[in-house]
Amino acid sequence: MSHFFTSSILTATVATGIALAAPFLIAALGETIGQRSGVLNLGVDGIMLLSAFTGYYAALKTQSLPIAVVVGLSVGAILGLVTAIVSVSLKAEQGISGIGVYLFALGFSDLLFLKLVGTPQPISQLHAVGIPLLDRIPTVGGMFFKQNVLVYVAFLLVPVVALVLNRTTYGLNVRAVGENPAAADSLGVSVTLIRYSAVIVGSMLAGLAGATLLIETGIFQENLTQGAGFIAVALVYFGAWRPAGVMAGALLYGLTAAVILAWKGLGIIPLSLSDLASTAPAAITILALLMVARRFRQPAALGKPYERGG
Amino acid sequence: MERRRVIEWLALPSAAVAALLVGAVMIAALGASPITGYRALVTGAFGGSYALGATAVKAVPLLLVGVGICIAFRANVFNIGGEGQIAMGGLAGTATALAFPGLPTPVLIFLVLLAGAVGGGIWGAIPGAFKAYFNVNEILSTIMMNLVAVQLMNYLLAGPMVDKTSGSVGGLIPQTRLLSRHSWLPIIVPGTQLHLGVLFSVLVAVAAYFLLWHTSFGFRVRAVGLSREAATYAGMPVRRTITLAMALSGATCGLAGSMLVFGSISHRMVTDGSLTGFTGSAGFNGIVVALFGGLNPLWTILSAFVFAGLLVGGTSMQVVTGVPSDLIVALNGLVVVFVVAIEYTRRRARIADAAARTAAPEPEQAPPEHAVAGAGVEERT
Repeated sequence: MSHFFTSSILTATVATGIALAAPFLIAALGETIGQRSGVLNLGVDGIMLLSAFTGYYAALKTQSLPIAVVVGLSVGAILGLVTAIVSVSLKAEQGISGIGVYLFALGFSDLLFLKLVGTPQPISQLHAVGIPLLDRIPTVGGMFFKQNVLVYVAFLLVPVVALVLNRTTYGLNVRAVGENPAAADSLGVSVTLIRYSAVIVGSMLAGLAGATLLIETGIFQENLTQGAGFIAVALVYFGAWRPAGVMAGALLYGLTAAVILAWKGLGIIPLSLSDLASTAPAAITILALLMVARRFRQPAALGKPYERGG
Repeated sequence: MERRRVIEWLALPSAAVAALLVGAVMIAALGASPITGYRALVTGAFGGSYALGATAVKAVPLLLVGVGICIAFRANVFNIGGEGQIAMGGLAGTATALAFPGLPTPVLIFLVLLAGAVGGGIWGAIPGAFKAYFNVNEILSTIMMNLVAVQLMNYLLAGPMVDKTSGSVGGLIPQTRLLSRHSWLPIIVPGTQLHLGVLFSVLVAVAAYFLLWHTSFGFRVRAVGLSREAATYAGMPVRRTITLAMALSGATCGLAGSMLVFGSISHRMVTDGSLTGFTGSAGFNGIVVALFGGLNPLWTILSAFVFAGLLVGGTSMQVVTGVPSDLIVALNGLVVVFVVAIEYTRRRARIADAAARTAAPEPEQAPPEHAVAGAGVEERT
């Protein structure tokens, strides 16, 4: 146990935890936007999977990670449009339609993977970029300021999403249609348009999260996400629909996972118990949900399709 | 026939047909013939007694999960935790068989199935109670419970429950030893895989139907599902009902887990590290099956058989055309999306119909017009 607290290992563990948190954070921020507009998108994991695969395929063909990211964002936008049509226009039960999108993308991504990629090859790595000066700070620099670009993007998105939601007219409209769509509608706000845009932007972030997860993993495999998208949805509840809260949740999740990885590596957790220890992030999330559930209120119109006069 | 009825009866088949058409386009896009593919699928699933037996066995976990989903969804609780509940049921049943290998066959089979139901039931009751008493969203908690279950399964099968004689150079294989012959579900049609579990799961579905529509508990489940507020106002024990509905839902999923172990060909519990490896995604596919069965356990029997056919036939299609059987998973997802999307059209037709009725009152009593628990699939009893 004692050598866990040596500074180099601690630094590496925190750095890993932050990197692990990034895909969860991006996906959860996207889900936050959608949920604040009143739409529960449970297909996040599916969107992440299909974006990760298409990004992987694009990276294999072009050897370009930026193109992989763009492809991931685009696939996210397409699936977001589908989700919006089903949830907003066709007024489907969102909890179930999301599972449908998830199953479709799970099957489809694996189908394409098996059919299009013969022998899986790793894609090129994204190297850590130090932020000048800040990365020189002892310990802290190594923890926070020597990450890959996508990690910085993830954490920059936190204030951006918070600002958009809280300080812009668009954000006000998003919150209005999520809380009281009838009132927003009577003031001339298009509930449909706001919800479509929020779901599509949110799904694009899910696509970015998929691409980020892929790039951090370096290779695609069947069911790459292992439920990461569902955890992202849980983090939105955990964070009480606020970007900063969501970030806290993602960090808790990522750091727990990183600590367990490190303890396994150091032999603090014996191999025979390593699977048992891996239950910790999910178990902690359940307990956290238990504690926050009674304290915070979800957007009043969450999961409820809007019908005029209905 | 009224417009409502027409839409009512065409909705589900048209969702299936639409999904199959998309599937045909996908098969063609992958360079194979859709007709050859679907023909191989149908023959593989329903052509001959062996295929039918395999389909019936495949339907067992789908049906049991589907029945559990019916119970939970009727209470307006979305149980997405079938995967984890199946695994916990399988583990509880397996542990029982490992602990009492010498018991006589009927006793041991009864005990392993009971243990499966209890194991899955506990795994369902926890998120149920969390929802009922602490207002924790059950979709999230059941998914988290899945993530805990998979690691528990990997831990138990590689550790305390591992077959110590399976040793090889790379360490032990994460599986149990061959389970006691007394725990095997007997084959009821020689020359096929059709085992006792097939009959038993149909009985469970029938029992669930009676539970939901002919007992006061079932009435409470449906009342809570339609309106929690109204049920509270009527003095029903809402929280206990929600917890119990989830416990029962988990129990049928756990039973499915036991059936998967004791009706398997290997008669061991094995893990490849993922839940899907053990469940075959039955926890998710069972949701599709239940929705397609209109959240009625009796229709779910038929629905489970059809979807099991798709899954079994998908493998034959893969052999003949080279299109991976994952296509079926994707199509199942599409069916779900189409079913819930069509539901809106059905609801509108129903409302239009009710309006027409009010304008020109008819002598007979209109059937209850409610969008049912969550899925909003109308009762077809």
